[in-house]
Amino acid sequence: MYRIRFHGRGGQGMKTASRILGTAFFLQGYEVQDAPRYGAERRGAPIFAYVRADQQPIFERGIITQPDLVIVADDSLVPVPAAGVLTGADAHTVMLINSDETTATWQHRLNLASSIITLPAEALERDELRFIGATCTGAAARLLGVISRDNLQQAIEQELAQLGDAIIEKNLSRASLAYDSMQGHQGCVQTAAEANAVDYHKPAWIELPFDDARISAPDIHAAANSVKIRTGLWRTLRPVIDYARCSRCWWVCSTFCPDGAIKVDDKTPVIDYDHCKGCMVCVAQCPPHAIEAIPEEQAKQQEAELETPA
Amino acid sequence: MTRKLLTGNGAAAWGARLAATDYIPAFPITPQTEIIETLSTWIDQGDMDARMVTMESEHSMITAAAAAAASGIRVFSATSSQGLLYGMEMLYTVSGWRAPFVLVNVSRGLASPITLEPDHNDIMAARDCGFLQIHCATCQEVLDSTLMAFRLAEHEHIRLPVIVNMDGFYLSFTREPVELPEAAAAQRFVGDYDAENIRFRASAPVSQAVAVLGGAPYSYFRYETHMAAQHGLAVYDELSTTFAEQFGRVYPAIDAYRCDDADTAFVMLGSFATKAQAAVDRLREAGHRIGLLRPRLLRPFPAELFRRLLAGISGVAVIDQNLSMGMGGVLHAELAGALYGHARAPSCLLSFIGGLGGRDISLEEFFQIAEVTRTAVAEQHTPPPRLLYTEQELREMRKLQAIASVERDELNNAGGLEHD
Repeated sequence: MYRIRFHGRGGQGMKTASRILGTAFFLQGYEVQDAPRYGAERRGAPIFAYVRADQQPIFERGIITQPDLVIVADDSLVPVPAAGVLTGADAHTVMLINSDETTATWQHRLNLASSIITLPAEALERDELRFIGATCTGAAARLLGVISRDNLQQAIEQELAQLGDAIIEKNLSRASLAYDSMQGHQGCVQTAAEANAVDYHKPAWIELPFDDARISAPDIHAAANSVKIRTGLWRTLRPVIDYARCSRCWWVCSTFCPDGAIKVDDKTPVIDYDHCKGCMVCVAQCPPHAIEAIPEEQAKQQEAELETPA
Repeated sequence: MTRKLLTGNGAAAWGARLAATDYIPAFPITPQTEIIETLSTWIDQGDMDARMVTMESEHSMITAAAAAAASGIRVFSATSSQGLLYGMEMLYTVSGWRAPFVLVNVSRGLASPITLEPDHNDIMAARDCGFLQIHCATCQEVLDSTLMAFRLAEHEHIRLPVIVNMDGFYLSFTREPVELPEAAAAQRFVGDYDAENIRFRASAPVSQAVAVLGGAPYSYFRYETHMAAQHGLAVYDELSTTFAEQFGRVYPAIDAYRCDDADTAFVMLGSFATKAQAAVDRLREAGHRIGLLRPRLLRPFPAELFRRLLAGISGVAVIDQNLSMGMGGVLHAELAGALYGHARAPSCLLSFIGGLGGRDISLEEFFQIAEVTRTAVAEQHTPPPRLLYTEQELREMRKLQAIASVERDELNNAGGLEHD
């Protein structure tokens, strides 16, 4: 059985990507199970989706703990424990990471026995971000080596049918490019040996200790701790206020910000970049057009240059 | 016949569509909402000739469903978890109206603490209300059971509402290959609804919930409902046989997997049971004579069939994905009640609690459950109930509690809490 896990952020299209791959397997004659998993349905929150495919009916269910292939659409998720990107990755696992870092860098960082493949840099242009799902799926299909280009394309057409021809065309071309780019790795994903009931790892069950109610009641005693979750981590565009143009209207940008990430201090708006998700609503709303959108990577580089003494 | 990938929610919607449902009162709740979204899209596009009304709560939704059913039309609705509990008063009330309809419940653990992931405490809370219950393990089964549920509910000897249950996430959001019956074949199977003397009409008042005092009339009505529910076993057998003849898919009241020569058996409800099925295959390869019994009907409870299927099996492990506080696993207790005092009943009936709030049950845990059960039989000693919970899980829990405790202390020191 093939066991494949997609990791991404809410809004990146990982559920759709898993469905495209599931449908491609199905068209290829496989039995298939595909499913997304998310907690809070928040844009930008870590989500994953998984696909199982086999020549026989599938009885196994739920989260894949021993993946053959892990696809990571957003590399900032790798160090987030709650995202579980590395769960169960072993020597037979292939990890496909969408990143502008090199494969060698990731091998060094993760120090895993798994094979690591990074998606080529041309897939990382800003314009491509919307199609990252198709890019990941196209690459995955080639790494699996058992899905034909025709079935991949047909799966995209089926799954995206409601989005219209122009968008389907874009997705088809991105998936196809990614499929080609992985030619050198064709079929590198191998299924793992199935578990057997003779030599198995016995579960370390314990008796649950009986705790006092003051310990065991599910109370959170710290107020306002959600501030500590940096929801601005995955922003791709950064709104920057040009204070020379800002009319100090004191309310437009802060009122429209859907995340409450703009604070006005004495008529001067300040953006909280730890929590700004880069939706650009403020850029659109600002009456004197005083807020500019800058690619996040570029903004970070500028910051780094400012911090480094010449 | 088309075979396509559908989620459990999609399969439930197809069931309602293929059964030619007339009316759908609706209220959204995760993980069920996709069912009513799908139906509303079809109605909007003209693919389905039905009326959908969004209500202000599940309490009203169940009332509207039963009131519409009492006018003699075919009614479908869906809910989950807290929503099912919010409608609980009306679940008990409307079953007594003896007006049939079908309600899909997408199982999700109950608060508190709140979760989105599945277990069966929601559906167990509706155990005694008079609705019949069909529990599904695959997306195909969700579609097929929805069709069967209409026939069961509308049968002249039954006339009770039926809940079709599926697990949140594990079925609701999971796509699997599903064979879609032809609309004509599905409608031939479900048939026209003969409402007999059910005819609640505008300007023609009928009291559906009469007051009775003195106990004897009350006992009559309640026990008649109980007998109708029990009669559901015979009606279900008949209609599932017809279903198998027409569609080739066999759904007995209890699905017995590799039990013929078994000395040990798992007993489980719902989609997690397919994980047990995978474990049975591996355990068989290792030479163990083990099988799986998965009741599809929980109400009526197929006690006689359980006794027959378990005759000659010595060790039974009941894995309950629910927890009755202060008692334990509900299915374990019900099975013990069905088996007690009967000849050839299993000598050891073990209780395991697992899968609460979507907690996974690994293949290795099934292997270990089988081993513990074999040991119990060999030693003729039944161990106490066991929660499936590992050392590692407790470590992670303790870590979270430590963080919570540090945060509390910090707040106390900063004067952030008025009292400790």
